[in-house]
Amino acid sequence: MSSSSENQKSTVKLKVDNVAVDTTNKNRNIVYDTKDLNLWYSETHALRDINLSIYEKEVTAIIGPSGCGKSTYIKTLNRMVELVPGVRTTGTISYQSKNILDKSFKVEDLRTRVGMVFQKPNPFPKSIYDNIAYGPKIHGIRNKKILDEVVEKSLRGAYIWDEVKDRLNENAYGLSGGQQQRLCIARCLAVQPDVILMDEPTSALDPKSTLRIEELVQELKNDYSIIIVTHNMQQAARISDRTAFFLDGKVVEYDNTNNIFTNPSDTRTEDYISGRFG
Amino acid sequence: MKQIDANRLEARMNSRVRNNNIWKVIFFLSTLVGLVVLAILLIRVLMQGIGWLDWNFLTAKLSSNPDRAGIMGALLGTSWTMLVVIPVTIIIGIGSAIYLELYAKKGWFQNFIQTNISNLAGVPSIVYGLLGLTVFSRFLGLGNAVLAGGLTLSLLVLPILIVSAQEALRAVPQHLSEAAYGMGATKWQTIRTVILPAALPSILTGTILALSRAIGETAPLTVLGIPAFLLPFPNGLLDTFTALPMQIYYWTLDASLVAEYANLAAATIIVLLLLLFILNSIAIFIRNKFQQRY
Repeated sequence: MSSSSENQKSTVKLKVDNVAVDTTNKNRNIVYDTKDLNLWYSETHALRDINLSIYEKEVTAIIGPSGCGKSTYIKTLNRMVELVPGVRTTGTISYQSKNILDKSFKVEDLRTRVGMVFQKPNPFPKSIYDNIAYGPKIHGIRNKKILDEVVEKSLRGAYIWDEVKDRLNENAYGLSGGQQQRLCIARCLAVQPDVILMDEPTSALDPKSTLRIEELVQELKNDYSIIIVTHNMQQAARISDRTAFFLDGKVVEYDNTNNIFTNPSDTRTEDYISGRFG
Repeated sequence: MKQIDANRLEARMNSRVRNNNIWKVIFFLSTLVGLVVLAILLIRVLMQGIGWLDWNFLTAKLSSNPDRAGIMGALLGTSWTMLVVIPVTIIIGIGSAIYLELYAKKGWFQNFIQTNISNLAGVPSIVYGLLGLTVFSRFLGLGNAVLAGGLTLSLLVLPILIVSAQEALRAVPQHLSEAAYGMGATKWQTIRTVILPAALPSILTGTILALSRAIGETAPLTVLGIPAFLLPFPNGLLDTFTALPMQIYYWTLDASLVAEYANLAAATIIVLLLLLFILNSIAIFIRNKFQQRY
């Protein structure tokens, strides 16, 4: 028994070693600064004393077992968590030096600057064009020429333009799952956000589509700050610059991805990434 | 050691299969009862009324002479009441459904309203007639005008419409509205551009079914005192009127005086059934044509 788990552990390390470069930059600006964040769903204490700084134009991965609070945390960053009745928070999350948890911070404003990609591809039952133009339209852009430009730029940005440019007026439901997810990323880019939150964006996709999304994330980090929740540790190791390991609503360890996967300082992190639980 | 004896299984096989067939027959017969009764009803009504159904019957004024009597007045009366029922129920019904389903905070108050709407949907229609008589006919002084009848019928079908519109709104998957919220849409923008368009086919279906209920209702109109014998056609919301089901009711009552009135009632039933059949077909068409898979 013990020898097999040793084996598993060493294979994880081996794969990680292939990409083991510290891509973090010490001079980056902080996008999100979370201080003493606590969150309750009615009686359940879901996030406990979270302190986390997320940096600009990097990919930050959040990993941890089911129910550890990683999805809750990312949904707090654009306050989508408020759609659940009975949510309470304490502490602060500074975004561009303003506390987004303050009720005076308009959620519509926050979500315009912080886009979100969901677990299951969720295009609207509209045409491909209308899916992308949706964001700009709700923000009051009516000029057809500007909309056309935004649609093309966003679809190119998500590397799906060539596949859909001849069928912009077809229903988005005709696309494959992987294409739908890239369409959703394009739809998110159309609002021209600063940050993109991704909540397990590849968990419903096949390996090939997953790879395309991962490549896309690498491209997008040149222009956007990306925070990605993932179940897949290999994915976190492959694409992220920093990784936070969540357990039971707490941040156990937060470091550059290379350190987390090759030299974790907490034994719980080591146990998790080597597959002993989760 | 084997727990299951293959020989005993074999022996039980025949009785299991027979039992299966018996239940199938029982369920088929239950269905047949409804079908047979419906068929008898339709055949009887058709045989009695089809000979009396002609252009004159549809377009003529009411008359005490069965050969000259027509139902134009009742058709117009039903149409006028629908002109009241349609906008009133759509605006109030869909509005309430949106509030209850999407805006109201979950809690005892919302629960209380919800339970009461479900209860109202089960209140006997004659009670709505009494309410209409008190509020619209007497208090507002509308008497037995189109407006009084239309508003009474609106009250009657509102709970049904609200409940079905709520179900339609609830069926719109949450991940669609999350996508809109995630891009910074306000609640109203999300409702207008995502939730309502997705729920509209089901809402329309529910609305049409509620309308066909209103068209067929008789009891509340009897309580309002809709006249038995009315010669002038209604020309507006404040005119006295009669409606198709009322016409059927009075002709059936008077069949003991003039035997042919029974045939006129049957012919009117055919017209009413056709009308309901067309409405329900439209509802089915909308459901099939515009139903979206999310």
